[in-house]
Amino acid sequence: MSSSIPEHLKYAKTHEWVRHEADVAWVGITDHAQAELTELVFVELPEVGKVLEAGQACAVVESVKTASDIYAPMSGEVIEVNTSLMDDPGKVNSDAFGEGWFFKLKVSDPAQMDQLLDASGYAAQVGS
Amino acid sequence: MMMSEILQKTILHPQHLALNARMVGFGGWDMPVQYTGIRQEHLSVRSSGGLFDISHMGEFLVEGPGACDFLRRCLTNNPDNLSVGMGQYTLMCDHQGGTIDDLYLYRTRRDAFLMMVNASRIMDDWQWLTAQCQSLVAEPDSVHCENLSDQLGALACQGPAARQVIGRMEGEETQPIAQMAKNQIQLTHWQGTPIWVAVTGYTGEDGYELIAPNSVIPAIWAWILEQGQAAEIIPAGLGARDTLRTEMGYPLYGHELSPEISPLEAGLGFFVDFNKGDFTGRQAMLEARERGLSKRSVAFLMDGKAAPPRAGYRVADQAGNLLGLVTSGTMSPSLEKGLGLAILEGEAKKPGEGIQIEIRQRWYPATVVRKPMYRKA
Repeated sequence: MSSSIPEHLKYAKTHEWVRHEADVAWVGITDHAQAELTELVFVELPEVGKVLEAGQACAVVESVKTASDIYAPMSGEVIEVNTSLMDDPGKVNSDAFGEGWFFKLKVSDPAQMDQLLDASGYAAQVGS
Repeated sequence: MMMSEILQKTILHPQHLALNARMVGFGGWDMPVQYTGIRQEHLSVRSSGGLFDISHMGEFLVEGPGACDFLRRCLTNNPDNLSVGMGQYTLMCDHQGGTIDDLYLYRTRRDAFLMMVNASRIMDDWQWLTAQCQSLVAEPDSVHCENLSDQLGALACQGPAARQVIGRMEGEETQPIAQMAKNQIQLTHWQGTPIWVAVTGYTGEDGYELIAPNSVIPAIWAWILEQGQAAEIIPAGLGARDTLRTEMGYPLYGHELSPEISPLEAGLGFFVDFNKGDFTGRQAMLEARERGLSKRSVAFLMDGKAAPPRAGYRVADQAGNLLGLVTSGTMSPSLEKGLGLAILEGEAKKPGEGIQIEIRQRWYPATVVRKPMYRKA
């Protein structure tokens, strides 16, 4: 099953996507990830104001059967979280790159973007 | 799952792959966890129907003039209460009152019984049963035990639409299948091959379990799905099976029952007949009851929005004193709340009492409730 991998985003090896606009990064999980996880029943988001290091576990998604960690793809401060996921975690499944976004970061080190995969790099990793 | 582990496959393994099921190792078997989605399959069972492959489960035949006597001494419930063509839930205990397995016992003839046991326990149960047969049966020729697990497969069709679909099966049964009552079992035929059909289940819905030689299981599976299409009976996997039984408060061996958890501690005293005469574990359970049980199973509902409670999470009282562990938990698709079962030490907690569940180092309030947590409107 091939999942969509938008060209304009960057990707972490751990299946998070990043949309970088000025010094803000939107973060979510990929379509491939949500398909692997199956239907989510709960999402635990980081607190606004929390300072994250790239690679740090910062959120949790739960399906019926398992809980999985989500990792910060870049360092920065959490400035906004998608609270609608509390009521409707299924948005992550139905619209992983849009309405299923997790949080926004104020990026502390823009150069970290270069360490992320581009769409074809991520596609190669997931074997799409 | 360990990559080196060799998993057994049921006769329907190719069908599960063809349906794109997500497979998982369970009790040594490669089984479908879900086809379309756990929630969807769960809700379908409650509103129309679901079809489960339960061929991984074990079947033992116990027959002979001494069979009823033997089973009365070996199991906790009383087979004397079974007329021919009836089944009962029962448990098999060791001498300390610990649980070896929970199972269904069917009386198929006056001197013939069919035991339906958990997949993960087939070998342990068989070893125990045959050893018990040696020690409890005075006349060896009066009881014959046979392990039919490799020859037989089984299906469970559960949900409000099950009766109307399975009822269309016809094969020289004595009583119309659609009119069978709860716990009844009878022999019927699938194109000449004898098969068993029973009104039992593990979901809390009306439904049937069909036990048949592996050779006819694929055809019956296909027939039920085809006949059940209009009624919206869909394939359902072990994920939904688990959420359905958890919201009913039904035990799963290895979670709510184990060699360390007796039927009394699991809250299953109803299925233990202390008055039928001696049986393995009776003395130990009586003594434990006299002393007062040191631990008990309870059902609970999370109070508010929280991540699903899961087996192994710690449970405390409202003051923060540790009480025990969650044994099964999930986000209930029917109730849209977290709920589960836990084994708690100390004084019995009553329905309505508050407890706390530890989820990722934070404590969330929950309330002890009566089972079943899910009830039909």
